[in-house]
Amino acid sequence: MHKHPRTRLAALLFAPTAWLVIAYLGALAALLVTAFFTIDSFTGNVIYQFNLGNFQDLFTDPAYKNVVLRTMGIAIGVTLICSVLAIPMAIYMAKIAKPRSKKFLVALVLTPLWASYLVKIYAWRTMLEPGSGVIDWLLGPLGIHSPGFGGPAIIIGLSYLWLPYMILPIYAGLERLPNNLLDASSDLGAKNFHTFRSVVLPLIFPSIIAGSMFTFSLSLGDYITAQIIGGKLQMLGNVVYQNFSINLPFAATIAAVPVAIMAFYLWLIRRTGALADL
Amino acid sequence: MEVQMRNKRLFTKLAALSAAALILAGCSSSDSASNGLPKVDMLKELGQGEGQVNIVAWAGYVENGSTDPNVDWVTGFEKETGCKVNVKIGATSDDMVALMKTGEYDVVSASGDASLRLIYGGDVAPVNTDLIPNYADIFDGLKNQQWNSVDGVAYGIPHGRGANLLAYRTDIVKPAPTSWGAVFDVNSPYKGKITAYDSPIYLADAALYLMKTKPELGIKYPYALDQTQFDAAVALLNEQKPLIGEYWGDYLKHVASLKSGGTVLGTTWQVNINLAKGEGTKVEGIKPVEGSTGWSDTWMISSKAKNPNCGYMWMNHIASPQANAGVAEWFGEAPSNSKSCALTADKNHCATFHASDDAYWKDVYYWNTPTEVCLDGRTDVKCVPYVEWVKAWSSLRNA
Repeated sequence: MHKHPRTRLAALLFAPTAWLVIAYLGALAALLVTAFFTIDSFTGNVIYQFNLGNFQDLFTDPAYKNVVLRTMGIAIGVTLICSVLAIPMAIYMAKIAKPRSKKFLVALVLTPLWASYLVKIYAWRTMLEPGSGVIDWLLGPLGIHSPGFGGPAIIIGLSYLWLPYMILPIYAGLERLPNNLLDASSDLGAKNFHTFRSVVLPLIFPSIIAGSMFTFSLSLGDYITAQIIGGKLQMLGNVVYQNFSINLPFAATIAAVPVAIMAFYLWLIRRTGALADL
Repeated sequence: MEVQMRNKRLFTKLAALSAAALILAGCSSSDSASNGLPKVDMLKELGQGEGQVNIVAWAGYVENGSTDPNVDWVTGFEKETGCKVNVKIGATSDDMVALMKTGEYDVVSASGDASLRLIYGGDVAPVNTDLIPNYADIFDGLKNQQWNSVDGVAYGIPHGRGANLLAYRTDIVKPAPTSWGAVFDVNSPYKGKITAYDSPIYLADAALYLMKTKPELGIKYPYALDQTQFDAAVALLNEQKPLIGEYWGDYLKHVASLKSGGTVLGTTWQVNINLAKGEGTKVEGIKPVEGSTGWSDTWMISSKAKNPNCGYMWMNHIASPQANAGVAEWFGEAPSNSKSCALTADKNHCATFHASDDAYWKDVYYWNTPTEVCLDGRTDVKCVPYVEWVKAWSSLRNA
């Protein structure tokens, strides 16, 4: 073993490489290959012959263009809302809170992750129920009504779910930010907001990008939230879920779309250089 | 840099190899022909129970007392046969077909829009009715029908039959509706609170409505639609979409919606009405004047069943007078066993559900599988097959 450092290295890397290549890349490849098959129109069994029919359907039917745009819109909306909510919270936790409260606050941010996804979304269903839900009951007298089930509800639900994933990277990024930078900025005459805009924001930009990778990709593939509080709205995940049982190749075609979107998004991020600073 | 390039090429080769391996593995199993019936053997004789049975069923068909302590026809079966019952609820026929294709379930309660697909897909085996003593008591009118048999060979045990109903909140929807027009009316005052069944088979409900209200389209059977008739049904559902609040597949969410008032009108099953009423909701379900789509379910045995003996024992049990009466009353449908009518707790059950009233079923169109060969016998046109129904439904839902 000691005479063969390469063998040692190979043995060490075998498990993670196998996981990466077989379980992840292999599964992706199998999925993308399935997208080129079709199914027998009566029995529903897969016909293993190369066929571009699914991609034709995907690009010619306007309904699918709509669902892709809608899903991307929701993902972008969720990312923006999470960023706007997470930055002040992370700044407070990292820079303003006393060291003792800091740990407590981090624990509080993490606690919702212990609750089941379904429990949280069903709770939102009870809150958003038009007419008899908690929001209408609480804020109705003030004239504010629940948006009901639909796109706004999905965005609210997903923002709530993914917020911890945005707070933590930004918090970590802010922790690494030396306080003397902020002192130097104010010494040079910058007011708080100016410091935030010119010093803090550019330095935590990579952290925001890291958080956005979570919120964007998780929202892109979500289907359960849409089923529970989305009313009749459908996202890409719902299309995959519906077609998976009856037309697996077409489901694979639809599933290839978020993969392509995320690959493009990651390429964009790489271009901005944000990944290099992480 | 040199090492990086070498590693990159190595990784790419490895990835390609594993992908190829996976595809080949997937290609290996395929013993069914796409035209003609797959050859599947039927069980010759009943052996010892295997200790468990895995069932795919409609909600309310396999009750073991956990929903309502008085509603239980499973515990007795488990004690008697030693077969532990594991049930998976299917929300729609499409779900059930997919679940049966995995080969992990033994028995399925298939509706007509799933049964033929399962038969021709090689997913179910013909049933040896000699091994099911209770088969003899089943109403003749349900045996060897178009959706549960091929060329006289029975592929399942008839379960019971029912109609899809129009549910409405009696305290909110006034006057009480009598026609499916209530859910298709673009000027409905209940816009946004109407529901529809979330499955491509719902196109048949649109076709049924057009059958009765637009006879010039010439629709004779809601599951045999040529392209013009099909496009008209899709157009009707597109018109309906703004009225819909939620399309339902999960019966529990549907019942909760009826209770909260989020849904006040729409397609439902009797079991949902019963559950909602049980929680104090003021709701009723009616069969509108146009008639309705419905189902005549069949218990089928998987061609890959791991527990075939327990599977047959279950099918015999659920077809027995007592169990059949129990599920028919709980779900709210007509039983398939002629002796069940004497055993229902409500002595009027069979009368209410028209178990032997043939006239009632004349305008109930059981779920069936649309094929290119028109099911109404027309030979001059091609009908739209189910796979196109799925595509059209997907477009409608995602637009």
